[in-house]
Amino acid sequence: MTAITATSQKAPISSLATIRTKADLAGITLAIILTLAVIVPLLVVALWAFSEVWRYPHLLPQQFGLRFWNQTLSRDDVWDALGLSLRLSTVVVAVAAVICLPASYAFSRMRFFGRDTLFLSFLAAHAFPKFGLLVTIAAIFLRLDLIGTFWGVALIQLVNILMFMIWIPVAAFQAIDKRMEEAARDVGAGPLRVFWSITLPQAAPTIIAALLLSFVTTFYETDGAWLIGAPEIRTTPVLMIGFINNEMVIQYGAVLSVLLWVPSAIALIFARRFIGGDAFARGFGG
Amino acid sequence: MAVLKIENVSKIFQGGTTAVDDLSLEVSDGELVCLLGPSGSGKSTLLRMVGGFERPTQGKIFIDEADITDQWPERRPTAMVFQSHALWSHMNVFKNVAFGLRLRGLPAAEIRQNVEGVLEMVGLAGYGKRMIHQLSGGQQQRVALARSLVLEPKILLLDEPFASLDQHLRERLREEVRDIQQRLKITTLFVTHGQDEALSMADRIVVMRDGRTEQIGRPDAVYRKPLTPFVAGFIGTMNLVEGQVMRGAFTRAGIRVPLPVADGPATLAVRPEALDLIAAEPGQAQVHRITDFGTHGIVDLELSDGTRLKSMATQPNALRPGQGVDLVPRALTVYRESREIYRDVHD
Ligand SMILES: Nc1ncnc2c1ncn2[C@@H]1O[C@H](COP(=O)(O)OP(=O)(O)O)[C@@H](O)[C@H]1O
Ligand SMILES: [Mg+2]
Repeated sequence: MTAITATSQKAPISSLATIRTKADLAGITLAIILTLAVIVPLLVVALWAFSEVWRYPHLLPQQFGLRFWNQTLSRDDVWDALGLSLRLSTVVVAVAAVICLPASYAFSRMRFFGRDTLFLSFLAAHAFPKFGLLVTIAAIFLRLDLIGTFWGVALIQLVNILMFMIWIPVAAFQAIDKRMEEAARDVGAGPLRVFWSITLPQAAPTIIAALLLSFVTTFYETDGAWLIGAPEIRTTPVLMIGFINNEMVIQYGAVLSVLLWVPSAIALIFARRFIGGDAFARGFGG
Repeated sequence: MAVLKIENVSKIFQGGTTAVDDLSLEVSDGELVCLLGPSGSGKSTLLRMVGGFERPTQGKIFIDEADITDQWPERRPTAMVFQSHALWSHMNVFKNVAFGLRLRGLPAAEIRQNVEGVLEMVGLAGYGKRMIHQLSGGQQQRVALARSLVLEPKILLLDEPFASLDQHLRERLREEVRDIQQRLKITTLFVTHGQDEALSMADRIVVMRDGRTEQIGRPDAVYRKPLTPFVAGFIGTMNLVEGQVMRGAFTRAGIRVPLPVADGPATLAVRPEALDLIAAEPGQAQVHRITDFGTHGIVDLELSDGTRLKSMATQPNALRPGQGVDLVPRALTVYRESREIYRDVHD
């Protein structure tokens, strides 16, 4: 038995290689433009972070060094902000998951009065000029004594990611073959068991993508975090903007900015690990 | 040991489609009944009501005298094999089959033994560790069957389980399922829109049309004595000719068949194998094309008004395309207003 299983474990080799070679001119052009638009600014910031002296009109810094890293990392407000950002993002994503996943499932499986209107309303937060909405919310929060509090910021971030956390999981749940759920009912699983053992695992790659997206979005969001959180609650990106606007030396902001690449890099690695190359390819229509 | 009883069941979907219309059926212990009918005739809906996935608008369903009409699917002693196999792609073969047993809280050793036993029965011994996407279509359908059988259901439900497989594989699986079903003596309801499948597997066939039963009977009875022109046309190949009976004879475009029925419109049904040909010029019909299958030939005929008929000939080479023939039906049935009004079986 083991011998058969061992030899048969090989998955069929797809023709991925042949697809790859067909990368056409349009694709290459797009890649070059993207590289220029994304990599070049990042490179400039990175150069700033590691430069000690860089004066006009020199094309490259005259002196590299880690002096500003030492200075930035020895500041308490930087560490406070990093800790706060991590806590905030984790709490917001966890709360969103607990609320939104069951809600998404209900949206994808049930027909009820006002369903479509409610569904579209999650888009509303993104359909209008953001700042106007934020100011309105801030006015409400002021009355509720939520301004300048952790939960005030958490709440505004929750509103911000509601769309990802509803729309993406709904799409994931809807894509699942209902017969799979029926088959589970058929062999004796109750509705909750079906959700836990069949529906959720089937939707997992997409849902993990939604969670990562929400985490990263919350981590980097500044408008709401500043408006609701200032001055007591300062997330890392808000602090970075403060550095860039208020400090004479560019390097503080640059160092913090480079530091802020870390979460998104980690998120990307997680995404690859959990979602797998297959799902990525499928996501991009491959 | 289980009897399935369906009593006056109807299903009207939201939007008003009547999928099943006041249908009654009893499947006796160990019997395999095929629901046969064109797409949209309500076969799946009926099966899904037995499985508990649709609620009847009206009527009741019993298993061994117990009313299960309002029972949840997870509580019913039924097991369903879906056309799309509906296997759980995030689990391997073993886990797919074991899932139901684990829900029942069986000890691990017993689960292993049962799963391996049933995998062997469907010809997949040693495939437990494979993922679903590593299996062929036929193997996937075998896993789906194993997943249902391992729970020893009272009623086995199959909804066109082989529809997506190729002809050769379909025939093989058909035989295997029939063998297993007879060995386990499991009461089975099998949905198909393929008459071959129904004729070769079923103890009884239920021919469905627009949510109603058109005829219920043993395969040979349904084939030989179709009660309506619909059944006659749906099962096997049948020449159906509409015409008029006048003064004791059926007429249409040059054919004349003496019949002892009252005057009026009528539909004449003759199987190709019951339609003999005699060379004649000009003849009642013209030979259009001859297809030689080796053991027999099929002669396509054309009446003077363009109506096409088929005849099965043992010596097709005796005929030429274009030549005239007279038609001699050896057995025929006559319908009027969808009812049989006359049958003549010579052989
Ligand atoms: N969930 C549903 N909602 C509305 N109409 C349905 C639904 N399922 C099936 N129908 C309709 O009921 C009729 C019978 O369908 P079905 O039982 O699937 O037929 P079959 O299996 O014989 O092809 C069809 O007209 C179909 O469109
Ligand atoms: Mg169907």
